[in-house]
Amino acid sequence: MKVKVSHITKIFPSRNKKSKETVTALDDFSFEIPDGKLVGLLGPSGCGKSTMLNVISGLEKPTSGRVYFGEDDVTDLPPEVRGVGLVFQNYALYPHMTVRKNIMFPLENLKGDKKLTKEQMQERVEQAAKLVQITDYMERKPSQMSGGQQQRVAIARALVKLPGILLLDEPLSNLDARLRLQTREELRRIQRETGITTVFVTHDQEEAMSISDMIVVMKEGVLNQVGKPQEIYDDPVNLFVAKFLGTPPINVFRGRLAGGRLMIGSEPVLEAKAAPDREVWIGVRPEGFIPAEDGELTCSFVNVEVMGRDTTVVSTHPDCENASIRSIISSDLKVEPKNGSVKFRLKPHKVHLFDAETEERLRTELLPVGEGREHA
Amino acid sequence: MRKNLKAWLYLLPAILFLGFFMVYPLVDVLVYSFEEGYNSASQTFMGVGLYNYSYVLHDPYFLQAVKNTLILVIITVPVSTGLALLISLGLNSIKKLKELYQTVYFLPYVTNTLAVGLVFMILFKKTPYTDGMVNMLIKLFGGSSVDFIDGPYWAKMFVLCFYTVWIVLPFKILILTSALASVNEDYYKAAKIDGASKWRVFTRITLPMISPMIFYLVITGFIGAFKAYSDAVALFGTNLNAAKMNTIVGYVYDMLYGDSGGYPSYASAAALILFAIVFTITVINLLISKKQVSV
Ligand SMILES: Nc1ncnc2c1ncn2[C@@H]1O[C@H](COP(=O)(O)OP(=O)(O)OP(=O)(O)O)[C@@H](O)[C@H]1O
Ligand SMILES: [Mg+2]
Repeated sequence: MKVKVSHITKIFPSRNKKSKETVTALDDFSFEIPDGKLVGLLGPSGCGKSTMLNVISGLEKPTSGRVYFGEDDVTDLPPEVRGVGLVFQNYALYPHMTVRKNIMFPLENLKGDKKLTKEQMQERVEQAAKLVQITDYMERKPSQMSGGQQQRVAIARALVKLPGILLLDEPLSNLDARLRLQTREELRRIQRETGITTVFVTHDQEEAMSISDMIVVMKEGVLNQVGKPQEIYDDPVNLFVAKFLGTPPINVFRGRLAGGRLMIGSEPVLEAKAAPDREVWIGVRPEGFIPAEDGELTCSFVNVEVMGRDTTVVSTHPDCENASIRSIISSDLKVEPKNGSVKFRLKPHKVHLFDAETEERLRTELLPVGEGREHA
Repeated sequence: MRKNLKAWLYLLPAILFLGFFMVYPLVDVLVYSFEEGYNSASQTFMGVGLYNYSYVLHDPYFLQAVKNTLILVIITVPVSTGLALLISLGLNSIKKLKELYQTVYFLPYVTNTLAVGLVFMILFKKTPYTDGMVNMLIKLFGGSSVDFIDGPYWAKMFVLCFYTVWIVLPFKILILTSALASVNEDYYKAAKIDGASKWRVFTRITLPMISPMIFYLVITGFIGAFKAYSDAVALFGTNLNAAKMNTIVGYVYDMLYGDSGGYPSYASAAALILFAIVFTITVINLLISKKQVSV
């Protein structure tokens, strides 16, 4: 089912009784999820991800704005009639019920013409259990299972009533690194098999990038960017999005546009024709560096890390915001520091400029140094 | 072995203390209960046997006390626990002035028993000047007034049960409100998403989640009610046998120190019978709770 949230604002009264201050968890938030897609809701802690999920599920009422499932306005419907499955951050499996009873619980609540017979319920439970591969543990209590198994039970419980939408709130955050990798593949498989529209909250950009069809990046309750993972990575709308996506993170330099050139310190690193002079933030993706003896950017060499395929050159630069510059280069290129420094050329399409004040993206055309000059 | 020794060393003070003040008197009571014709002045006895038990079990005062105690237990434990649960659920669901209500419900707990007794007097006692508030209400609705303190047995029993429930309620509410508050909010959210009705949420989620606390309250409630005595005194005075309002503990006390007292052997036998009853019921309770409580 298609999901659309339109101009959602959610204001919480202050938790602290004495102060009258309110918390704006979501601020005029709009986006649309196409039917059958897996969407990652990505943002730092406290930015309103869970609140967004609760608004979609109906657990929270938005202060203003509407929520649509398909063509229907569901804003005023209670959660149970919206037909959503929700997996909680801590799974919230009922500890006193066996796995089977946990999964069956939503079915037993069905009323009216949706009511199922005992046999139908059993069958649906078996199907859901099979889908998430927990048929061997049906008589166990949640406390007798590993985190990954519990998470699958939680997904089965959310899926058993065949919801139109599946919502997951940081479902992998309780798992260790390896299990997390494995489980997110699993999640992707389940989503593909069922074709169910899924919203998946995470603050881990790598997780979001790896399995989402689409990512919604948010910060402090405000939508920053929506798009395919690669699109957002290649074309961030502001410095926050650029910094939030990618490992190792983007390298940010203080710089300026001056006389048609992009300057870091006193070195012109790229040509930027027809751009007015101004202060800028310069973001360079780790793969945007090419070590070259005649390179324009001079950095102090720290060391080289070789990890399998990749070679990472670690260096520092006084104008760089990051503690160290990490540049990933192809392993057949040799790095030979001279007098403790290395020189890089920059790939223009891996370099993004942002306004020094607003941190919004500047769409200035960049060219390698020299190319612009030849025409001049 | 070394470690064990250390553990025992740590436990020694407690063991000595308990041994001296609990085990030794208990054994002593056991011994008394089998000594026939014990004379406390000369500290002599005539024989050993079950006569004391037989005497106590045939004493109409004791049988009355057992009956009173059982009625008290059977009525007050479920009523007070159920009522406390209802009130706690209410307290847990209100948002405004929650703390105020919680304090109000907890007030009786910190109030002196005698002060509460006084309140009950005003509510129930008949004097030449007034029939008491409850009787005024009864008359208002067209009933005829009843003497709750010196009147028929059922009326006195009613007051005693009422009083007992009133006294134990605050503690139970305190325990249950904190038990309810400690249930993770997410379970309720999950249940809401799962479409469970309010009643089903209560029976299938809330109740199982707080069942350990309920069983704790039931067990301690049973034990407390079996040991009831001071409440009856506060309402009906010290001559409980005459008022037909004695409890088992009251009977034991009377046998030791009452006007007809001075019979430690009978008192011991009665005390051991009480012990046997409480012990059996507690064990049954624990067995049931092992099966039911599973969080
Ligand atoms: N019931 C509430 N009352 C008051 N403030 C709230 C409430 N729920 C959330 N908030 C506030 O709203 C903001 C967003 O919270 P939310 O839980 O949606 O963040 P989140 O993105 O899910 O964070 P995390 O990644 O840590 O789970 C926070 O500042 C939080 O303190
Ligand atoms: Mg959250």
